[in-house]
Formats: sequence, structure tokens, C-alpha cells
Amino acid sequence: MAVATETATPAPAKRRSRLEHRPGLNRWLPYALLAPAVLLELLIHIIPMLVGIWMSFVKLTKFFIANWSAAPGAGLNNYKVALDFNNAVGQGLLKSFGVTVAFSLVTVAFSWVLGMAAAVALQPEFRGRGVVRTLFLVPYALPAYAGILTWNFMLQRDTGAVNHVLHQLHLNDGKTFWLIGGNALVALITVAGWKLWTFAFLTLMAGMQSIPRDLYEAASVDGAGNLRQWRNITLPSLRPVNLVLVLVLFLWTFSDFNTPYVLFGTAQPPAGDLITFHIYNASFLTWNFGTGAAMSVLLLVFLMIVTGAYLLVTGRRSRRA
Amino acid sequence: MRLRSLVATVAATAMGVSLAACGGGDKNGSSGGSSGDQTLTYWASNQGTSLDNDKQVLTPVLQKFTQDTGIKVNLEVIGWNDLQTRIQTAITSGQAPDVVNIGNTWAASLQATDAFLPFDGGAMSAIGGKDKFVPTALATGGKEGTDPTSVPLYGLAYGLYYNKAMFAAAGLQPPKTWEEMVTDAKKLTIPGKQWGMALAAGSYTENVHFAFINAAQNKADWFGGDGKPTFTGDGNVQGVLRYLDLMQKDKVANPSNAQYDNGTKSVNDFATKKVAMVINQNNADSSIVANGMKAGEYGVVPFPAPSGGEQVASHVAGINLSVFKNTKHKDAALKFVKYMTDATTQSTLDKPFSALPVLKDAKPNFTTDAAEAATFQDIYNTKSKPLPLVPAEDQFESTVGKAMNSMFAKIATGGTVTADDVKAALKTAQDQVAASS
Amino acid sequence: MRETRGFKIYRGVTLTVLGLFVLIPLYVMITSSLKPLKDVQGAFTWWPSNLTLAPFVDMWKTVPLAKYFVNSTIVSVSATVFSVAIAILAAFAVSRFKFRGRTVFTTTVLSTQMFPGVLFLLPLFLIFVNINNSFGLQLVGTRLGLIITYLTFSLPFSIWMLAGYFDSIPRELDEAALVDGCGPMGALWRVVLPAARPGVIAVAIYSFMTAWGEVLFASVMTTEANRTLSVGLRQYSTQTNIYWNQIMAAALVVSVPVVIGFLLAQRHFVAGVTAGAVK
Repeated sequence: MAVATETATPAPAKRRSRLEHRPGLNRWLPYALLAPAVLLELLIHIIPMLVGIWMSFVKLTKFFIANWSAAPGAGLNNYKVALDFNNAVGQGLLKSFGVTVAFSLVTVAFSWVLGMAAAVALQPEFRGRGVVRTLFLVPYALPAYAGILTWNFMLQRDTGAVNHVLHQLHLNDGKTFWLIGGNALVALITVAGWKLWTFAFLTLMAGMQSIPRDLYEAASVDGAGNLRQWRNITLPSLRPVNLVLVLVLFLWTFSDFNTPYVLFGTAQPPAGDLITFHIYNASFLTWNFGTGAAMSVLLLVFLMIVTGAYLLVTGRRSRRA
Repeated sequence: MRLRSLVATVAATAMGVSLAACGGGDKNGSSGGSSGDQTLTYWASNQGTSLDNDKQVLTPVLQKFTQDTGIKVNLEVIGWNDLQTRIQTAITSGQAPDVVNIGNTWAASLQATDAFLPFDGGAMSAIGGKDKFVPTALATGGKEGTDPTSVPLYGLAYGLYYNKAMFAAAGLQPPKTWEEMVTDAKKLTIPGKQWGMALAAGSYTENVHFAFINAAQNKADWFGGDGKPTFTGDGNVQGVLRYLDLMQKDKVANPSNAQYDNGTKSVNDFATKKVAMVINQNNADSSIVANGMKAGEYGVVPFPAPSGGEQVASHVAGINLSVFKNTKHKDAALKFVKYMTDATTQSTLDKPFSALPVLKDAKPNFTTDAAEAATFQDIYNTKSKPLPLVPAEDQFESTVGKAMNSMFAKIATGGTVTADDVKAALKTAQDQVAASS
Repeated sequence: MRETRGFKIYRGVTLTVLGLFVLIPLYVMITSSLKPLKDVQGAFTWWPSNLTLAPFVDMWKTVPLAKYFVNSTIVSVSATVFSVAIAILAAFAVSRFKFRGRTVFTTTVLSTQMFPGVLFLLPLFLIFVNINNSFGLQLVGTRLGLIITYLTFSLPFSIWMLAGYFDSIPRELDEAALVDGCGPMGALWRVVLPAARPGVIAVAIYSFMTAWGEVLFASVMTTEANRTLSVGLRQYSTQTNIYWNQIMAAALVVSVPVVIGFLLAQRHFVAGVTAGAVK
């Protein structure tokens, strides 16, 4: 993945190549090359998404699920239910949205800060650097559910390691709840951050390797301290990397399903009710797939708006657009 | 090929697929193979200590069925985490097994999907007639006044398990009323050492059962005659609050219980002698023993109602059997249901699965403790009430159960829950049910 | 950066804190997998007072772990192979050809990365069912269905990464190959791919990990026959007990091959990146 960010700042590549001077081949070859990808994307992403949008306009409840092609149209009703914030369903969605926004912002910031701190610490060569770097990648390499299950075990109130450690350090009475109540959000951010920060680290580290060393040397000669070097050289050089990194982290955390699903199981606390998890439950627990689909479409629209606005504001449209 | 024609080709292919997709749902898709082939697919729920254990118990029973009838049975045991989703996707896709286990509380909700075979006169007599079943058990099979779409397979009921040694040490008798239970529990709560009771207070399915039972003891219902939710009645609010107060006001349950997200954890506490009482269904027996307690060390009495209250000690719990409507082997499936609910099979399976007989004249054999067996049989046959038999039952379970999870969480983390709070939470739950039905 | 004293202190503190953050869960996972059930149910202890290997023996019986392991391996490896192959072709087209619809293609493919999984979970399931009904191709409850699904999850990102990587390979190299009489595919095979090896490895790792760790679709699309580890591991919490020590043992066992594979490949990969930076 570092490669992606590595190449986010390519030297302007020469576009014309001899391949393009062969008219006959040029006509069909690129399409043939793309065909498998296009077909699969259509089958697994595009068409299901269109069906999903269709579902959001029909009354797909348990009464029609066995014969869903006969489900009656619902017009905008599913959207009205989802967006009526005076009503319990709409309120639930709104709360879940709020929790998710808080979760994503904090998790992205948390992961970025840790990733940056580690990347800076590992920037100069020293003995054992390779070992530390390898170690830091482990949480990312671990299958998501394995890491989250371990955290679930550690966050148990009476038998968990977290309370044990905090108690030994006299930071709490050893009886803090982490998986229910308000702390559930803290737990969720910690677990998601634990997994994600190493991705930020990997990306930033790769980005830093492409910063020419003489920049730092020149700055040192000018008497700039480490902090100023970081601010004046490292940060600006990493700008393109950061733009992509933050967006990717945001998109991932905002639609994170694994963490709440594995961490809380069926006992999801309101403070940990992330939006995809909320929609999953709204669909599968109460068999209301129409409303669930409407919620998903709203989520998609939101993500598209945020991404579009982000790309516009940062002045960096998709590289090839 | 120009892009336009490529797009057109792809779009045409796509339309073909999506049009095909729109025609689905009503197609037959029983995974049992081609018709004429006598193989049934059977989805069993997890009743034993592991999925593997279930398989070991069921395999000889199914083999005997094959010997008797020549019909093969393809068994899949499905854990509770997955069962509901799997049934849903089976209903949606039509790719369903022939016979399936369901939690009996889902019966009316599943009936509403119209995906299951109604046991009408003919089907019912094919499985041996409705008179063989315990009437309250059969009543869980579907909405009142309709042909049931499921029949009882394993019976379960709640009982109050108590640790005999702890009660003797404190000079106490097992409780007969709610008030006695609370008094005993307070005496048996020794700070730092043991608690009076353990509650599965983080499990929405357990919580909703107690919301139901406690409200029933107050003579309150969750749905009116018109099928509309009536969650905010006084009896419902007080019933829920009474249960919450075990942790909040009476302080006889460890606040940790608020994150016990299934019954297993509270039963573990009981079996390892950290608590004096636990309210659980009778299949707790196998876990209690598996966790080191001996059969004679505990006793069971009905979960008591407050004095003057209605004597409801449990909902009619258990597992039902359903046949998918689109099965290609209807006769074979009915034969199988008949076999699974006949007296011999029942007595073979009740023991390893700690289940109560669902047949009128059968004697419980899940325990060697005759008193315990009699107590549970009595609770199941005379002190149980079915959960609301309405299509929105599943929504009742998830909304009210989750509301109770949150209230327990609030109590455990130091907050207070008043009657008004309960009412507000139940109002929200009611609105959710109303909005999505 | 100069290694001032301040920097060394900063480095020491940062690496210690982060090291503990990373290591404690791993440590807990390992030690808990060596404890008897009774001990993991009791108060937490740093060191197992009764060491046992029983969880590593029992875990294969409580849950058919070996079968799930085989399923996960077949599904993830196949998804990776196909995903990488398809991504290479598409990325080559995007990087080396100018054709109508390229912008539409890249934008669309990239934006599918944004689709929330819950939106197309049920529709995809229905489409699979209909393919089965119409063409007799069994996709629900089979490994094939999972393979097709998972390979597309990593496809958009893989195409994007590889296209970027191919862009950074000088076009003069392809030209040389063409002059030598290779066709465009020959240029891809002989020149571009070898030069892009670290990128391909990185993409393969990404694809594999995406498939190996997927939970949402696995929870709906798998039956006993094709169940993967991500959902299979939940079965250690049964009707009668939660086998925490076995969960930890199983989590450890399913992680080790992935982590080792990742770390081994990661060396190549960082080396590739560094080489690119030096050039």
C-alpha cells in the first residue's frame, strides 16, 4: 500500500508510448485487458448496488421476503422513516451517525499521530530498527477478528488484562466497564486504532524514505532543530501522502463493521453503535431490508459527498480524472 | 469494439442477470438434490456442549430413521449465532433445507414470511395428530387460530436454581415468592465473596424473556388483541423495573452481570459457586455439571411471582421443528417430523440435550433428580405462558431486550433507572416496532 | 534528522510506549492459550500458574478448525491469485494505453471502494441465488462464491496501486521490448512485471489479507461446507461454555502463517520501495 502513496507523487510520466502507435491493437486490446475486471465489478459491486437502491424503494419486510419480487413499492417511505428524527428509528440512525463521526475522527487522528510518531522515531538508522519496524507491523498483519477477539478478552471487567493493568498502576479501581456504557466508544477507538495505526506508520515511513536526505543536512547547517525540520521539511514533503492516507483511513473507519461486530457481538452498547453495524442490525434483526437499504444508500451518498468535498478542498482530484 | 458497443454488451449481460434476479424468490431451490432422490436436508440447532457433540448425538438417531424408512438425512448443526441469519437467507433465497429447527419464540414471526409449510389437518395427522403434544407447547407453533407452521421438538422452561449448601449454611428455605427470593438473595450476598444471584443482564434475548415473565406476573401483555404493541402499560413498566431492581435497588447481583451477553456466563458463576441462585432454562443442567458441580448440590424451584401476582414462572421455551414450504420431499419431511416427535426418539434426545418432553404422556428423563424433573415438568405444563404470538415478536425481542441491556448498563456504571426512564425506553421500543411494521 | 539527546529520549519513549501497546495483546493471546479453562475464567494473571498445551489439542475438536482452515486457505489463495492477475491486466491497460472510457473506468472502479458492504450484501446474495437457479452454478454456500466475492473486494485498490506502480516504470523499457519483437503482452510479461515485482507482492498481500479477515459476507454466505475461520472462531462460545483459552489458541494458530507470510514479504516490499527511492 505504501506503493500507492509512493507513486502518488510521480514525476510527470511520458504518456505517449509506442504501444499507442499501433492502431489496430490499440482499439481492442485495452478493453480486452479490462474486461475481466469490469465484469466482476459489475457482478459484485455495481449491479448489487443498483438492486440495493431498488430495495430501498420497496417494502421489503418479513411479509415479502420469501417472495421479494412481489414486494410492493414504498415510494420514499423507507427514506422518510430513516430520516424522521422525531421518530425512534430516525433517532436511532442519527445517534448512530453521531457516534460514527466521533469514532472516525478520533480513530483517524489517533492512528495518524501514532503512525507519525513511530515513523519519525524510526527515520534515522539505528541498531534494531528492522526488528522494531517488523514488530510494529504485526497488528496489521493479524487477521482482524483474531486481534479484536483478544481485545474483547482483555477488556472484560473482572477477568481482563486492561483493568488489571490500570488497577496496578492505581489508575482505576479495577472495576471499570469497557464493553458497555459510555466507555464502549473508548474501547472501540482503542481497538480500531491498535489495528490501524500501523497502516499509517507503514505508509508514512515509505513516504519519508523518498525525502532526499540533503534537505535535512542543509537545514541542519542552517541551525534548524529537529522539530523545525519536521515542520518545514517532513510535513510538507509528506503532504500528498497524507492527503491520500487520511482519506483512506476515514473511509475505512467510517464503514468499519468488523470491530463492533466482533467486539460486541449481539450486546452492542449504544455508545459503540457504528453505522454499518446499526444498518446490519436494522436489516437482519428486524427483517426490515427496505429501510436498511435506504439507510445504506444514505450512507453511500454521505461518503460520496465527503470524499468529493475533500478532493475538491484539497485541490487534488483523483489523479487520473 | 467501440466503447459504446462494449458498454451495450455489458449492459445487456447485466440486464440479463438482473432480470433473472428479479424473477427469483418463488423458485424451488431445496438443496436436497433432484426430486425423487430421497435425501432430506435437516438443520439442527446447537443443543449440546458443542456442534460436534450435537452431531454425535443426532447421527445414530438419524441413521435409525434411514434404516426404518430408506430416507437419508443430510445433517447440519448450526450455532445460535448463525441460525437466525441462515434461516433468513434461506427464506429469502428459497435455497432452504427441508426441515429446520427454530427457537419457538420466532414461530409467529417466521410464519408471517409464508415460507413454511402449515401443519393443516392432513399434515398434522401425518405427523401423528395434534393430540400427542402438550397443548401449551403446541400453542407456540404459530399465531392463534391459524394452522401452526412449526411443532414442538424440545421443551424448555425457566427454573430458579439454588445452591443447597449455601442455603443450608444461611439457614434458608428456597423461596416461594418474589419477596422471599429477594430477602434470601440479600442474605446470601457476602461482599467480596459471593452474590445472591447471577443475571444474564447483557443478553437481550434473556432480558426480554424476563421482561415478559415479570410483566405476565403483573397480568400485563405486550401486544393488544389487534396485534399493536402495548409496551408502556403500568404492569410492563413495573415488571421490567422489578427485574432491574435486583441489581439496582436490592444489589443482589454483581454489576459485572451487565456484560454477561449470554446465559452461559451466569450459569458458570453458579456452577463455580460464586453465586447462590441463577434463573435459567433446564438445559443449564448439562453446563452446570460440565463446570464441576454435582447433580445433588443444587435444587430447583419455580421462578417466583410477587405475592398476589399471577403464577407465571416461565415462558414456554424450547425448540420447534418447521418444514419449508418449497420442499420437494414433503412426505418424507413429514415422516421425519413424525419420527423426531415420537415417544422413543424424544426420550432418546431429551436426556443428552436436557430437554423436557413435549408429548403429553412422557416423563422427563433429562435428570436423575426426580424432584427437579417434577418441578420443571410442572412449570412447563402449568406455569408457562407463550411469548406474544404475533408477527412482530422478533422486533419485540430485539427492541425491548436491547432497551433492557442499556438500562442494566446504566445501573452497572453507577446510574439510576426510574420508572419514568423505563417507560421512556419502552416507548422508544414501541415506536420502533410500530415504525417498521 | 540529527540524533540529538532530545531525539534519543523521544525515540526511547515512543518506541517503548508503542511497543507495549502492540505487544501486550499478543502476550495475552499467547499466555492465555497456555492456561487451563478455569484460569482464564478467573482473575487475570500475567504468568500462567498452570501451564498446559491442552487448548491447542482440544481446539481441533470443539470446532472443526482444520476444515475451516482449509476453507480459508483455498478461498484466500484463489482470491489472491485471480485478483492479482486481473488487476495486472487492468492496470496495464490503464497505465499504457489511452482509450475512450478510461476516466470513467478508473473513477467507477475506485468509487466502488466506497460502497458500504451492508448495501450490497443482501442483493449480492440474491443475485448469486438467481445465477444458481438460472444457470445451475452454485455460488451460495460454496468456496467459488466466496472467491469471486473476495477477489473483487481487493480489485479496485489493487488496480489503482499497480497502475501507479507501472507508471513509475520507464516507458523506454517497453519500447525496447517492442523493438525486440515482443507484443504488448510480451512487454508486460518480460519487462513491466519483473520491474514491478515489489508492487505485485504488495498487492498480493493486500488481497490475501482482505480475504482472510473478511467477516460480514462470511457471516451470511457461508454454510458448514465452506465456513471460513473468521466466522468459525465464534463457535468456541457454545451453549454451555466460552472456551477462552481455545479461542486464544486458535486465534494464534490462524494468525501465525499470515503474520509470518506478511513479514517475510514485507522485507521484499520495503526493499523495493527503498530501491525506488534511491533511483
